[in-house]
Amino acid sequence: MLQRIRTAPPRYWLVVVVVLFFAGFPTVISSFQAGQWALALILAIAIMGLNILVGYSGQLSLGHGAFMAFGAYASAILAHRYKMDYLVTIPIAGLLTGMVGFLFGVPALRLSALYLALATFALAVVMPSLIKRPVGLTGGVQGISLPPVVVPQLAKDGFTMLTGSAMTSDQWVYYVTFAYALVLFWLAWNLVRHRAGRAMRAIRDGEVAAAASGINISGYKTLAFGISALYAGIAGSLLGLATGYISPDTFPVSLSIQLLVGAVVGGLASIPGPLLGGIFAYFLPIESNQWVPTQTWIPSQIVATVVKAGPAVTYGVVLILLMIFAPNGIVGLATAGYNRLRRRLRGAADRESGHIPPDPQTV
Amino acid sequence: MALLEVRELAVSFGGVVALDHVSFSVEADQVVGLIGPNGAGKTTLFNIITRVYKPGAGAVLFDGTPVTRLAPHEVIRHGVARTFQNLALFRSMTVLDNVMVGDHIRTRSGWLASSVPMPAAMNAESASRKRALEVLDFVGLAARASHPVATLPFGTQKRVELARALVSKPRLLLLDEPAGGISHEEVDGMSRLLRRVHTELGVTMLLVEHHMGFVMGISDRVVVLDFGKKIAEGNPSEVQRNPAVIEAYLGAA
Repeated sequence: MLQRIRTAPPRYWLVVVVVLFFAGFPTVISSFQAGQWALALILAIAIMGLNILVGYSGQLSLGHGAFMAFGAYASAILAHRYKMDYLVTIPIAGLLTGMVGFLFGVPALRLSALYLALATFALAVVMPSLIKRPVGLTGGVQGISLPPVVVPQLAKDGFTMLTGSAMTSDQWVYYVTFAYALVLFWLAWNLVRHRAGRAMRAIRDGEVAAAASGINISGYKTLAFGISALYAGIAGSLLGLATGYISPDTFPVSLSIQLLVGAVVGGLASIPGPLLGGIFAYFLPIESNQWVPTQTWIPSQIVATVVKAGPAVTYGVVLILLMIFAPNGIVGLATAGYNRLRRRLRGAADRESGHIPPDPQTV
Repeated sequence: MALLEVRELAVSFGGVVALDHVSFSVEADQVVGLIGPNGAGKTTLFNIITRVYKPGAGAVLFDGTPVTRLAPHEVIRHGVARTFQNLALFRSMTVLDNVMVGDHIRTRSGWLASSVPMPAAMNAESASRKRALEVLDFVGLAARASHPVATLPFGTQKRVELARALVSKPRLLLLDEPAGGISHEEVDGMSRLLRRVHTELGVTMLLVEHHMGFVMGISDRVVVLDFGKKIAEGNPSEVQRNPAVIEAYLGAA
């Protein structure tokens, strides 16, 4: 065991550091900020789902906000009408959304990439109107107000013991979200590097060769849709927990775009990518809307546009910059930088010793 | 009974006849070369056997099973693996991962079992990795296992593709231009490697090839296609002397 710990690759230590950071974070920031970070983690979970679909199985979705909406309403209806404990409804909502996603994945098989993007986009567009229809079930335009979050006594006592202050509901929501994020990221990491994930990546890289290797293309594509929707459903359900109120307007089309931007910015087909993407997608519009008006050098018309259009403008600018300078997202940028640094260091050492490094191109 | 039997196979694409009632068979433990000028229908024939295309008429029997009724991903489960003319590797993956995809049909752990991860799935995973490394060792690429496949030279990538096909333990291997686009030395290496696949692993092979020295040296029998029709069949020396073959390659005298 000790031997294994000593020989663990550096990225495992990075994971430990990140997990400890997120576990301890709410004790040093305000309760309000903990609530914000909970929302960022919720986005990260949904983006991880989207990443499994887009990054690993190569199918584009512009409508993952719709799956979040489904999960949120599934939880809210179970909690509101059937008086279930909200925490119990979260996994149920996830599974139901997963099934819906799986079913959606079946007709999606018939569509080429562009039409799949359009179909999922249409889903995101119609979802708010669909929710408004069955007023008795969903509360229509009014939405559903959820019962206030009750922090369990055990969590309260534990938090007080560790920090000396009382746990707020925002902090409790943060820890619930953090626990879900931890488990879901771990599951995703296991999924993508083993047999099923390899099959999905193979399909993304070349369907003909994947089928010739015995991979059931339609099976794995619909599976990816199902798993991806499950993540989005859990994220939607957690969003209901965090905000305490959901309505059709909680899930506009722009939410789906926000998720996709987050996935691309963080880095597709990577595990840390969605975490960075979630933080980015949540905080960028907030920060930029506060930062831009304080800058005197930016012409006032531009400031007005940015403030009025909100996230759209900043997203656009950042997306264009990333497409040019970091097409593989933040994670791609970081890995490339790390590799370059390592080559530099190794190259310097080799030059001193007079040893010529082997050319990786020769057989 | 022949291992592979192609019966009166015909297919056309929008009026262009790609295969015109072609029949031939491959006996178990043989190496059969499939040659013909560009556009003769060789790759089309492979694509029908592996169910990329549907035939217009005719049948393909593998060990008595009508292959044309299978789904594309089921063909390899019956023991038919293939390589591709211009390579169809999974470019974002490592050499080892590529070969492990080839091992897909020999493992059966589901997505949930490997996500959680269950011990049985992890054992299957390491057994799969071991088989992949053995095959990589066989083709001489064990040291390249962790390299991203896209960074390797073309000739090396061809051997990765061969390893991916071999790891499924096929009974019939369809090779689409194994010597295409690689250097002279590599052609000799590939020829030796394929001979070992045949003698040591006992794999029956059907190969499409333009490199005449290569195909004549390795094949027990040669089938010649021209404009979708079979124009000759026989052992290499017979085929080389056949006037119809000479005409197809050099044009009428």
